Amino acid sequence: MDHQVVTSTLLYLDGVSVTFDGYKALRGLSLTLAPGEMRAIIGPNGAGKTTMMDVITGKTKPDEGDVFFNGSEDLTKLDEATIAELGIGRKFQKPTVFECHTVEDNVLLALKAPRSAFATLFGRPAPGTRERIDQILETTRLHDHRFRMAADLSHGQKQWLEIGMLLAQDPKLLLVDEPVAGMTDAETAQTAELLRAIAVDHSVVVVEHDMTFVRDLGVKVTVLHEGSVLAEGPLDQVSADPRVIEVYLGR
Amino acid sequence: MTRKTFLASGLLDPRGLIFLAILTAAAIAVPVFSLLVPENSAFALPPYLVGLFGKYLCYALLAVALDLVWGYCGILSLGHGAFFALGGYAMGMYLMRQIGPRGVYANPLLPDFMVFLNMKDLPVTWWGFQHFPYAMLMVLVVPGLLAFCFGWLAFRSRVTGVYLSIITQAMTYALLLAFFRNDMGFGGNNGLTDFKDILGFNIQSPSTRVWLFVATAIALGAGYLIARAVVTSKFGKVVIAIRDAESRTRFLGYRVEIYKLAVFVLSAMMAGVAGALYVPQVGIINPGEFAPTNSIEAVIWVAVGGRGTLVGAALGAILVNWGKSTFTNILPEYWLFALGALFVLVTLFMPKGIIGTLDQIKARRARARRGVEPAQAPAGE
Ligand SMILES: Nc1ncnc2c1ncn2[C@@H]1O[C@H](COP(=O)(O)OP(=O)(O)OP(=O)(O)O)[C@@H](O)[C@H]1O
Ligand SMILES: [Mg+2]
Repeated sequence: MDHQVVTSTLLYLDGVSVTFDGYKALRGLSLTLAPGEMRAIIGPNGAGKTTMMDVITGKTKPDEGDVFFNGSEDLTKLDEATIAELGIGRKFQKPTVFECHTVEDNVLLALKAPRSAFATLFGRPAPGTRERIDQILETTRLHDHRFRMAADLSHGQKQWLEIGMLLAQDPKLLLVDEPVAGMTDAETAQTAELLRAIAVDHSVVVVEHDMTFVRDLGVKVTVLHEGSVLAEGPLDQVSADPRVIEVYLGR
Repeated sequence: MTRKTFLASGLLDPRGLIFLAILTAAAIAVPVFSLLVPENSAFALPPYLVGLFGKYLCYALLAVALDLVWGYCGILSLGHGAFFALGGYAMGMYLMRQIGPRGVYANPLLPDFMVFLNMKDLPVTWWGFQHFPYAMLMVLVVPGLLAFCFGWLAFRSRVTGVYLSIITQAMTYALLLAFFRNDMGFGGNNGLTDFKDILGFNIQSPSTRVWLFVATAIALGAGYLIARAVVTSKFGKVVIAIRDAESRTRFLGYRVEIYKLAVFVLSAMMAGVAGALYVPQVGIINPGEFAPTNSIEAVIWVAVGGRGTLVGAALGAILVNWGKSTFTNILPEYWLFALGALFVLVTLFMPKGIIGTLDQIKARRARARRGVEPAQAPAGE
């Protein structure tokens, strides 16, 4: 490999392109994230936000471009499980929790612990596991639902459970895709609060359409459009940008 | 919180206890009624019934093995009969070598069919099979190895769903064709039969049959307990997670293909044991056991009993085969139609099978008692 990146950034995307059956979902996308930073990503439908997360987590391999984590880990060469173990956790756009497991078991499966088949078959839970689960269920307000099947939760509760699972993984970087879709205003505000609390000691990338929510987060915003970055900066500056207005209103 | 069990659903639930209790009762009752009760008594159990019950329990063990991969890991194997048959062949080879010079050709080393085919030396594949421990090892190793190689290729290239089912079916079909060939050295289409004794006991004698039945009951109980220990462990929770949301599990950092491989190999070994116990009780193993329909029938047993319940799988196997024995006595030509109809009816009206439906009713009652509203429907995207 001729490319040796030595940067202080946690996440580094440079010139990333992805093509699906001739359609360019990402065109030369470049983006960097500093350690400890929280970033909001906005953009119209089909802008490539989810595809970007797919590339970072190893689900989709880019046709060209560099994706580095922690300065030197080349994510384009690794599979999903390895990337997860490096410390990148993900919440999907459509909430996906393990429906046939209890809320507690969902968190348990996500909890940072050895992932090998041998360890899960013969190992005992580490001391403090229960306390950690308690803590996460408390944070995500799911304590009273501990023994319910995840399938029986409301939509908003599933979203939170998934955020709780992210917390349990304790990754260096959290990728959160549309966490407040389908939530009530009150739930949305609580979610913003929750994410801000998480961002205190994690790096977070949040994709969201909901502008009130993005405003609540109060962080730097990146606008994606047709697979590349259109604008970047504080929300007020970005939303005053004529090109951004054009993209959002000109449709 | 009333519930004290943290992170463990418990190895034995009430249903498992009932299952093991019935199995234990059968393992005691069968010897008593067939060996201790006088033969002319109305309560005496005729030897043919002992053999029949033993056969049902072998099928039940195969069903439990299949439920482990299908019910818990979502791998619909349409080729589990192959692992069963391979275990059966390993046992059959041991039994053939026990015949020794008592065969028609009185060859001390070569089984009759080899003499008949003018083979001069014992093929390498048959070496060591005169030793019972070696043969038992092969009962586990051969199906396990096939499952390992097959699973390694299939799961690593992420073949899932219908495609996976089709290639499992192709696997058993390929073995069917291979074992039909005389030059494979496994007795061609006649298979292996005319067994004389097992561990020095006459294989035909009523008492040997009874002890084979008891051994099968023990194997089924042990198989159930192993499967249950696996599915209630954290490993089992990962496996269920894979079944319900495979890619989500990957993003949590679990190596899905390794988990699938482990479950598949374990299941194949259990199926091999079932086949090994089956052969001495029916007295023959031939390539017909590799027939794709056998594997499909096993899937139906599990569907009828309720997949993902283990006990249901065993129950389904026993009920359907009991039905088969009864039915084929009355209308032999129509059994396959009846089986097909049963499958369609179960899929339409009882998609969760017998045990699964019972669970649903129980859960609905419990919910009604607590006055909890039904689960809220998820909002649209
Ligand atoms: N697997 C795929 N195969 C083909 N096309 C795809 C695939 N995944 C995404 N696309 C296309 O790529 C484009 C970008 O999709 P992406 O899901 O990344 O958008 P998004 O910004 O997340 O949009 P939304 O706000 O609707 O979630 C879309 O036009 C989509 O149809
Ligand atoms: Mg999206």
